[in-house]
Order: sequence, then structure tokens, then C-alpha cells
Amino acid sequence: MSAEFVTAFKSRFPMAVDRASADHPAFNLPYDEVVPALRFLRDQWGFELLMDLTAIDGGPGTEPRFTVVYHLLAPNRGATYVRIAAPCAGPEDEPAAPSVVGLWPGANWHERECWDMFGIRFDGHPDLRRILMWDGYPYHPLRKEFPLAGVETDLPVADIQEETGTRVVAAPMAGGPFVASTGEVNLTEAEPRALDQSWSDRRVQPGQTPLRQVKE
Amino acid sequence: MVTANTELGYNTKVEGGVVVSRADAVINWIRTNSMWPMPMGLACCAIELMAVGGARFDISRFGAEVMRFSPRQSDCMIVAGTVTYKMAPQVRRIYDQMAAPKWVIAMGACASSGGMYRSYATLQGVDRIVPVDVYVSGCPPRPEALLDALVKLQEKVKREPAARRLLSA
Repeated sequence: MSAEFVTAFKSRFPMAVDRASADHPAFNLPYDEVVPALRFLRDQWGFELLMDLTAIDGGPGTEPRFTVVYHLLAPNRGATYVRIAAPCAGPEDEPAAPSVVGLWPGANWHERECWDMFGIRFDGHPDLRRILMWDGYPYHPLRKEFPLAGVETDLPVADIQEETGTRVVAAPMAGGPFVASTGEVNLTEAEPRALDQSWSDRRVQPGQTPLRQVKE
Repeated sequence: MVTANTELGYNTKVEGGVVVSRADAVINWIRTNSMWPMPMGLACCAIELMAVGGARFDISRFGAEVMRFSPRQSDCMIVAGTVTYKMAPQVRRIYDQMAAPKWVIAMGACASSGGMYRSYATLQGVDRIVPVDVYVSGCPPRPEALLDALVKLQEKVKREPAARRLLSA
């Protein structure tokens, strides 16, 4: 069935461009054609199941910066799988995408997670709140410019912060994050190497006194 | 028992029914041997905590089998698992609701230091929000390690100046 629906889909949506994919068919679509295309796939070709809804951050300055990806499955048509990717509209720091909660109710929490992690606003979402971080957290942590260690902010509850004197602080990366090399490499060389972001033994975090001198 | 007996000296009638000890020893003996845990199960360590409560490892051998999911009735909070910044205020709130005297065991690498979660979302050690008495290493710790932590905590409680604290409180 895979080839049939690909030709039908492409004739119905001529703006669809093939997207590099190692396994299943995948298409890039413009922002305003996503919802009609997804509705077409769901109603005409049995893609009843939204397997996943996630986003890609290309990094600061890239065009498009944020791309929303929809993974669809047609369980009754030979378990055909397809991925649809669409760039977000809007300025780089306030990306927007159309909500598909009307098509698949299961998209609700996926879109909330995307909003939480990437800051993509889903227009038409019934209840767009953060889902992992707490309400009032000032950042979107999966954006490329956000350091893995985190940024100093307030605790979610003010009186607990006052009582304990604890704030959300950048985690000590101790030379990390540690990333192992992949592929055919010597195991000794494949040991995790530090790709330092915000803190290391050599560089001192703001507000911290150096514990020991390290020769450069 | 109140009696009309006004004799203050040695009384053979109560011989064998009186034990003389220090208040600290008695109070700490009571506290040590029925320490009701508050299972603060937050991640996979809680599975090992359940194993500790089960028949094979059987924490009731040490008098701590009465897991209370209510902070008011418990003595010892066992923080078992990763504490996120989102959860941290609730952990502190529950600790505040426990009646004194109270103790905390940080079970596993995450509760002790943040563990492998060096990230923006994870509290780097539960000791940043509550005072911890015993840290247990491991990811997750073996049930025996938690039993050992309980024994260590009991040894610590036995040395506390309980009577002085009760009078000064």
C-alpha cells in the first residue's frame, strides 16, 4: 500500500517534498498545508494513530529554526508508517504551529510537551500548559541555546525556597556532558569525552570560588 | 500505682519489678526499635524499597516494617529516587509535616547527589532541601544496603541526647 498512498498523497498535495528517511516515507510540507494533509491521510488512507508528535530545533540562526514532526501509523492497512514534517511559522523565539488535537485527541499532551520543551505555541490547543517543567519556569530546556546544566532560577514554591535557601542552580557537569564515540573505534578511544558546556574543572562557575589551580 | 506505702527505703515487695536505667537509653531504645518509615518513593529505588519490605529481606526484623504513607505518623523519611526541582518543594513540605523526632535516609545515588542526572531538571542531592542522616550508595542500592542504612541510623539514634532535647523543646 505504501506506493499507492505516496502517489495519491503527492498528487493531492503537490507542495509535499520528499524528506530524507532511512525507512518509511517522509515528506516536508509548508505550514498551512499540514492540517489538510494530516486530515487527508487520516480519513482517506487509514492513518488513525498519531504515534508521535515532536519537534526539531535546527539551532539559532537556522531557517527554519523549528520543525514539527508528525509520525502516523495506519494499523489496519498493513501497519504503514509515515512521517510529516512542517516548519513552524512566526519569529525565531516565538514559533507557532497548528494544533491537531481536533484530529487526534492524543496529540494534546504531545503538544503540551512540545510547548514546554521547545516553546512552540500550538494554535487552537484547548489547554496549552507546561507538562514536565512547572508553571512559571522561564525557559524552554530543549532549545539548542539552553545549556544542559541548566540556568539559575527560583524554585517552584517561594516559601520553600525561603525556608531552605535553595534555588534551581546549574548542575555541576564535572567536565561533562560525556559523549561516547560511536562506530568502529578502539574501545579505549571510545571512552566518553567531555564536551563542556557551562562548567568544568578548568572553568569556574559564576559565583564559585576555584577549588584548585589547573595548569593550562 | 499509687499506694499508701510511704516507705522510701529498700522495699522487697517490688524487687525484680524495677529496672534502673538512663532516660536517654530508654527513650532511644523505644525510638530505635519501632522506626516507622515514610516511603518517599520517587523512582526505581522505590522498587528496591518494596523488596526491602517484602518477605525475602524483611525490614520488620529491624522494627521498621510499618510503612506509613502519612507523614504525621512516621519517623524516618526514606527518599528513594530522583528528586526533580518540580518535586523538591513537595518533599520538603512532607518533611515539614512529619512530627519530631524525624530522620531522613537518602537512598541511592540520585537522592544523595543527583546521581547520573546532571541536568537542569534534577535537584543535585536531597540534602539541599532536607537534612539527611544516612546516605546509601548504589544505583539502585541492594536491599541489604538499605537494611545496613537502617542499622546505621539506629546506631545514630541510640547516641542522641533524647532526654535533654525533650526537656529543652
